[in-house]
Amino acid sequence: MSKYSRRDFLRKASVLAAAGTLPISLVEVAFGESHPKNFTFAFISDSHITQTKGNNFVENWDRGLRRSVAECNLLDPRPDFIIYGGDIAQLGKPEEIDHGLDILAGLRGDVRYVMGEHDYYLDLGSHWRKRLGPERYSFDHKDVHFVVLNSILTYPEWTHKQWDGGMQRMLQMARLDNPHGSPFMVGDEQRQWLQADLAKIDKATPVVVFSHSPIQKIYKGWNFWTDDAEQVQALLKPFDKATVIYGHVHQIQYNQIDNISFHAVMATAWPWPYPSTYKQAESHLAKLTVPMNRADPFFERDATGWQFIDMHSGNVDLRYVLPGNTSRRVAFDEEAGRPMDTRYQGAMARIPPRNHY
Amino acid sequence: MKHRLLAIPLLLAGLNLSLSALADEFNADDLKRWQAGFMSTVKSGEKLFHGGINNPNTMSCDQCHPNAANTHPETYPKFQQQLGKVAVLGEMINWCIRNPLKGKPLALDSDDMAALQAYITWERRGVALAPGKH
Repeated sequence: MSKYSRRDFLRKASVLAAAGTLPISLVEVAFGESHPKNFTFAFISDSHITQTKGNNFVENWDRGLRRSVAECNLLDPRPDFIIYGGDIAQLGKPEEIDHGLDILAGLRGDVRYVMGEHDYYLDLGSHWRKRLGPERYSFDHKDVHFVVLNSILTYPEWTHKQWDGGMQRMLQMARLDNPHGSPFMVGDEQRQWLQADLAKIDKATPVVVFSHSPIQKIYKGWNFWTDDAEQVQALLKPFDKATVIYGHVHQIQYNQIDNISFHAVMATAWPWPYPSTYKQAESHLAKLTVPMNRADPFFERDATGWQFIDMHSGNVDLRYVLPGNTSRRVAFDEEAGRPMDTRYQGAMARIPPRNHY
Repeated sequence: MKHRLLAIPLLLAGLNLSLSALADEFNADDLKRWQAGFMSTVKSGEKLFHGGINNPNTMSCDQCHPNAANTHPETYPKFQQQLGKVAVLGEMINWCIRNPLKGKPLALDSDDMAALQAYITWERRGVALAPGKH
């Protein structure tokens, strides 16, 4: 073995070893055991690439995104496609979006993108659109109908206030706990588009919606919230199986509202505390969510990650591989009719957690 | 000592003053003023917490701790397992300034440190003290 190939081998070996301990979420849409239409896709989200000066960017966030790309490329079998769940950038700057897309260009496979508020509020999405195309669209894959929404719009009075430039508006929206922020929404126009899009789809076809914000109301103070969530849910109600997968919250969440399953994904950048840890306000995280452990700040990748998703029986089976913690798998439980952690759902089955408080 | 104790009631009787005139008296206006003084420090702390700390990484505390959540000031001082010693809240604030922010730590008795602690603790008001809790 030559010096160079040995070094190359060692590098590859260490990447493989790391992959086993990293935050990976894989989504499986399944139609039953070994059904030919079962497939997987991967989901990466919330990288918050931050330009500090010129060609310099916050290294921590770059590392999170690079790691997810490297691990995603090791998935075998290959996922059918990859979804990026929004917030490539921290302040929506072209330099940040371009730098994030340069890193994401290393992904093997087709990537589809969701608009996040950090990509949008500087220039109302114009650079993002220039690079990636429209922010709402649908596509069909192996008998599943997928819809991508821009769910981070807000009231036009807020968006078009007399701002002192786009950056001021961006900074206001970038502050999660901003008392002068404005709630996210899909909006009338986009809901009409969604209604028309779904009208063409057979009600037995599984529908999967990708949005940046949760299409449910968890905590308004941090925009873990979509103001017209109920109206969007009503459009999904006629379907036998519907799933919403969203970013923004940087933590494990899952829920079931009637026929709709909800799953949040991890961020590659940093984790957020659960809203229940803020004692001055009430919040409504779904009771069935088994929370992720409180992150160890001394380990910069703790409680960050990405996911791979199995689709089977038209339902989503979402896997999180978490550094320094046992992997988690949240799958649709046919009997219970809702997503469940396949290992830790029961109170007695849980390991002593590092609680959020 | 004994003489002095005996002297007080005599003095009071002699001067015919009410007891309260000798106590450290404060009224509703004082309380309002002091509370306002505290809240203005909370406000400065909130500003520092939300992008007011100059740092080469352009990061801010609220990026990871919206409303100062998951800082649990009520658990300090505690044995900080990653440091291997008992730490006070101010040392953890400086850990964050030094590491994710890559900035310069604050003096533990500086005005900025007082303001940050005032804001963090204010956002946690009402929670029972739990020193040492993990």
